Amino acid sequence: MSAAANFPVARLRFWDTTVGKKAVMAVTGFILFGFIVGHLLGNLQIYEPPEKINHYSEMLRSMPSLLWGTRIILLVSVLLHIWASFALWRLQRAARPVAYVKKANLHSTYASRTMMWSGPIILAFVIYHLLNFTFGTVHPGGPFDEHNVYNNVVTGFQFWPSSVFYIIAMIMLCYHLHHGLWSMFQSLGFTHPAYTPWIQRSAKVVAILIAIGFISIPVAVLAGFIKPV
Amino acid sequence: MKLTLHVWRQKNEQDRGRLVRYEVPGVNEHMSFLEMLDVLNEGLIEKGEDPIAFDHDCREGICGMCGFMINGMAHGGFKGTTVCQLHMRHFKDGDELYLEPWRAAAFPVVKDLVVNRSSFDRIIAAGGFISVPTGSPPDGNAIPIRKQDADLAMDAAACIGCGACVAACPNAAAALFVSAKISHLAHLPQGQAERDRRALAMVRQMNREGFANCTNIGECEAACPKQIKLEVIAQANADYIKAAFTERPEAVSGGVG
Amino acid sequence: MELISNAPTGPIEKSWEAHKFGLKLVNPANKRKHTIIMVGTGLAGGSAAAGLGELGYNVDCFCFQDSPRRAHSIAAQGGINAAKNYHNDGDSVYRLFYDTVKGGDFRSREANVYRLAQVSVNIIDQCVAQGVPFAREYGGLLDNRSFGGAQVSRTFYARGQTGQQLLLGAYQALERQVGLGSVKMHPRTEMLDLIVIDGRARGIVTRSLNDGKVSVHFGDAVVLATGGYGNVFYLSTNAKGSNATAIWRAYKRGALFANPCFTQIHPTCIPVSGDYQSKLTLMSESLRNDGRIWVPKQAGDRRKPASIPEDERDFYLERRYPSFGNLVPRDIASRAAKAVCDEGRGVGETGLGVYLDFSDALKRLGTHKIAERYGNLFEMYERITGEDPYKVPMRIFPAIHYTMGGLWVDYNLMSTIPGLFVLGEANFSDHGANRLGASALMQGLADGYFVIPYTLGNYLANTKHEKYSEDTPAVQEAVESVNAITRKLLNASGKRTVDSYHRELGKILWEYCGMSRNAPGLKKAASMIAGLREDYWRNVRVLGSNEEFNQSLEKAGRVADFFELGELMCMDALQRNESCGGHFREEYQTPDGEALRNDANYSYVAAWEFQGVGRPAALNKEPLVFNYVKPSQRSYK
Ligand SMILES: Cc1cc2nc3c(=O)[nH]c(=O)nc-3n(C[C@H](O)[C@H](O)[C@H](O)COP(=O)(O)OP(=O)(O)OC[C@H]3O[C@@H](n4cnc5c(N)ncnc54)[C@H](O)[C@@H]3O)c2cc1C
Ligand code: HEM
Ligand code: HEM
Ligand code: SF4
Ligand code: F3S
Ligand code: FES
Repeated sequence: MSAAANFPVARLRFWDTTVGKKAVMAVTGFILFGFIVGHLLGNLQIYEPPEKINHYSEMLRSMPSLLWGTRIILLVSVLLHIWASFALWRLQRAARPVAYVKKANLHSTYASRTMMWSGPIILAFVIYHLLNFTFGTVHPGGPFDEHNVYNNVVTGFQFWPSSVFYIIAMIMLCYHLHHGLWSMFQSLGFTHPAYTPWIQRSAKVVAILIAIGFISIPVAVLAGFIKPV
Repeated sequence: MKLTLHVWRQKNEQDRGRLVRYEVPGVNEHMSFLEMLDVLNEGLIEKGEDPIAFDHDCREGICGMCGFMINGMAHGGFKGTTVCQLHMRHFKDGDELYLEPWRAAAFPVVKDLVVNRSSFDRIIAAGGFISVPTGSPPDGNAIPIRKQDADLAMDAAACIGCGACVAACPNAAAALFVSAKISHLAHLPQGQAERDRRALAMVRQMNREGFANCTNIGECEAACPKQIKLEVIAQANADYIKAAFTERPEAVSGGVG
Repeated sequence: MELISNAPTGPIEKSWEAHKFGLKLVNPANKRKHTIIMVGTGLAGGSAAAGLGELGYNVDCFCFQDSPRRAHSIAAQGGINAAKNYHNDGDSVYRLFYDTVKGGDFRSREANVYRLAQVSVNIIDQCVAQGVPFAREYGGLLDNRSFGGAQVSRTFYARGQTGQQLLLGAYQALERQVGLGSVKMHPRTEMLDLIVIDGRARGIVTRSLNDGKVSVHFGDAVVLATGGYGNVFYLSTNAKGSNATAIWRAYKRGALFANPCFTQIHPTCIPVSGDYQSKLTLMSESLRNDGRIWVPKQAGDRRKPASIPEDERDFYLERRYPSFGNLVPRDIASRAAKAVCDEGRGVGETGLGVYLDFSDALKRLGTHKIAERYGNLFEMYERITGEDPYKVPMRIFPAIHYTMGGLWVDYNLMSTIPGLFVLGEANFSDHGANRLGASALMQGLADGYFVIPYTLGNYLANTKHEKYSEDTPAVQEAVESVNAITRKLLNASGKRTVDSYHRELGKILWEYCGMSRNAPGLKKAASMIAGLREDYWRNVRVLGSNEEFNQSLEKAGRVADFFELGELMCMDALQRNESCGGHFREEYQTPDGEALRNDANYSYVAAWEFQGVGRPAALNKEPLVFNYVKPSQRSYK
């Protein structure tokens, strides 16, 4: 009887192949992307009176099921995404044991060749970020008050090294999405000479917009547009 | 013109290998790159030195036998050109060129610039075919095929199995080669019956051979002497994903009597 | 030796059917007890290995390339013939048969040719089923083009890569059998000798090109599908590795070699550019469908083609052969080109070239249509010459392309050594003195898919098969002779490279045994080659050892055989006092310079029997009888 005989084994074999893992990365990547967009919109409320974003965060907390639902989905996605990417990365290392003395790139984007740099940097960022704003355990900017998200953010960014790190991370995110956002279509098997070039262009635009959106916040704080209350 | 070559010399698979420097004077612009190496080798033999080993056969860009890296570019990096079809008019006096073999765990070096690409054959053997015993199949015109599909099939079928895609890919992935065959047969009505099995079998064999994954970087497409398009990789991914999710256990109840 | 063709008599339409019925079968259970040695994985060998594997035989398959997919068949561009008459232009099995016999200048065996025409139809169906992406029309049906020597449109094609696509079809069928375990593939392995025990072919001796390991492979039958020997001329359109070694060593073991002097010159190749030239590149004959061939009327006219007015151009093929025009058969087109160049009207730096001009077709059909038909050929031309055929006319010149001669085989494709079968270009069977375009692919696949599976079974069923051990004297002797040649080459320790000898041999043959030949020249060539051969063994330099990947050693062995073959070609050309097909003897031509055949005395196959190196081979004759196509002076006027 073939290994495909019982359900889970068959599906695990899907995950076994490089193409399968890539599909998983695409899906999880897309989920993470979705979160990023939502998160950005939420964060942009920082430009409105403090109450706005504070209420927003209170509102999120008042719906634990939704909150934890999303958190779990996110967590699972991140874990799968990372797991896959590292598993594949190990394969790639093994697939070319002897490196070229000279290697030129004819055509590819910088972003596409550095996914394994941008990715982990984003990860490092997220960890710091959680400690920074979610748990408040690392909040050099000043006292952390989980009921005053507005202040947490502003004081957090007033500590300039932290802001710099954020900005770098956002640039990495930009690269990661620049390639990732079209790559996921390719990985999932959608392609067409009429649409693919268009998808590639939009991926770039969206990635840049997202980065600008996020980066604007620490910049605004450092520039003094947004002040603590 | 006069060229300086740094050529990878490696006696056999076990040997570690190193770059060796050669001066090649009197290169004629009408020579092909391989003819330039022929001339160099003739000279080496006369000096009693071991000539440089490189694979080649048709020298027309169709057999897929030739191929090595020139300054880090597979086949030299000229659009739609195998190294046997690459002519010296593209180089200029005093150029320094680095020649290295395809580098991939699945392509062990045989000698110097010659590698072993049998892994490609095993991938085809795993499923890169249509099972049709020799006999009297239906008339060639029995099933009309849209010209567009025939053309797309042909585009993918043009692959010469040279391995440049693997060599050029930063991940040493064989996605373009494998997908080209999957795409070729998937575009034809005759290929439908085995479409799922083919995608599953070929991708699994590709992984067994130690080829890494594709991350859609696209260097392969740029290096491919037959200009196989990245499109085929997506098509193959789609086939694999569909096949993997709809895969059923092989029927085991044998026919009786 | 008496040559029995085993060609069926009786009505030719029925003869293959009837013959097949007469052939014994091997029952399925016994098939897997038989091992078959298949040397070659081109269209002939690849298709045969796949087919025999499907039938249940154990097949041991060999090729010298790193993959069976790289066999030289891959290079075929133009197309493959089949008498489908899809276009209702009056084609039929009989017409294909007729065209091929006539095209071969009445020097082929009628029964074989008829069978070829018959199975041509199944070939297309088989290949379509395998997924060969033949060109299609918008209606979804197969497209055709016309080819030299035919007035109907019966050539099927896949862009300019027909051979590649057909071979990949066969290769995929072959790999499928490898996957199923019925075929064992031995790439980078060269056959260096044939093992004959008790007068039967029982196996081969091979050398691994990776590590030089010499090994013995036994089989109940040995099949050679090792391609043509055009590389004897050094410069040819063949792949660099193409060689005569397999058939030549079989010849030295007693197989007869038929019509070695029947070599084909292809009219449309890219002219030589310098002495470093390593091979010549063919521009598919299909280009002659839309390209017009011309040279300046004025000898020594050095103007650019564009600045030569229409009325000062000589479209010599259209002028001399109004009804076939630019589509006359290859031998005629080639000689015509040589003629105009001899008159000093040749074009290009060397003066050895004629124009193949597409300007009219581009006007008529538009760039798009032309690109669709010949795009990749135009690219190839530009890549090599640096000139754009869409703007300036191509320069072309004839080059050695195909060898009609080969090991003699009977109707069952068996050589004079029982148990040794020969397929494809390696045998002499179907093309007589000249092969029509798009019919070699047809023959390769016909032999492999549709003939050998039947005839081989018959041999196996009729024969007892003892097992032999490696220390059988005949086996030891074969192995030793292989090692002896290797030692001799490695110990020669002379000055000259193998290639320099090969180039010199090629020049001699091209000069005296090429497009046109004459008795004094052939005698001269034979003795020059003999001299060169002796010098070779003393003065060649082959570095390195046997126990490694050693390309010079590979070449050295092949060139050694080419010398002996070259001598035989001259002998054969010398004994044939007539002009026919690719063999043009200046002494025998009509007043207007056409080939003058001599059916009274030369309507036979010349089959040569080895008598020892340097000793003249013995001539055997298979008389040719024509019951259907009455020999006539071939006219394409
Ligand atoms: C450039 C070009 C274009 C052509 N175009 C056309 C065309 O359009 N239409 C047409 O009908 N014909 C065409 N032909 C002719 C046709 O391609 C060949 O005649 C035909 O493919 C020969 O096939 P084959 O199987 O007999 O031999 P090949 O395809 O030459 O195969 C020979 C095989 O034998 C193996 N081999 C040889 N020697 C040894 C050895 N000693 N040990 C082990 N293995 C060995 C090789 O590895 C190879 O696998 C063309 C030929 C050329 C050169
Ligand atoms: C440790 C963290 C991460 C690593 C190592 C990582 C690595 C990768 C890699 C290697 C790819 C494959 C690129 C390709 O195949 O084309 C990828 C794709 C992707 N990543 Fe990440 N990534 C990480 C985190 C993230 C995060 C946080 C997001 C969300 C913002 C994200 C979004 C994406 C997207 C959308 C894709 C495209 C999916 C695909 O092409 O298959 N990644 N990532
Ligand atoms: C300037 C940019 C950003 C700002 C100002 C910001 C702000 C915040 C704040 C204030 C919180 C805490 C919300 C709360 O606890 O109510 C938070 C949570 C979070 N942020 Fe960000 N963020 C930024 C960028 C990012 C980026 C780029 C990512 C991902 C790549 C990210 C991922 C997260 C995650 C995963 C959480 C935890 C969500 C949860 O509690 O479930 N953030 N962010
Ligand atoms: S896909 Fe292109 S590069 Fe890769 S093997 Fe085929 S022809 Fe060579
Ligand atoms: S370069 Fe490599 S990553 Fe994929 S797109 Fe080509 S195989
Ligand atoms: S030698 Fe055949 S493709 Fe280059």
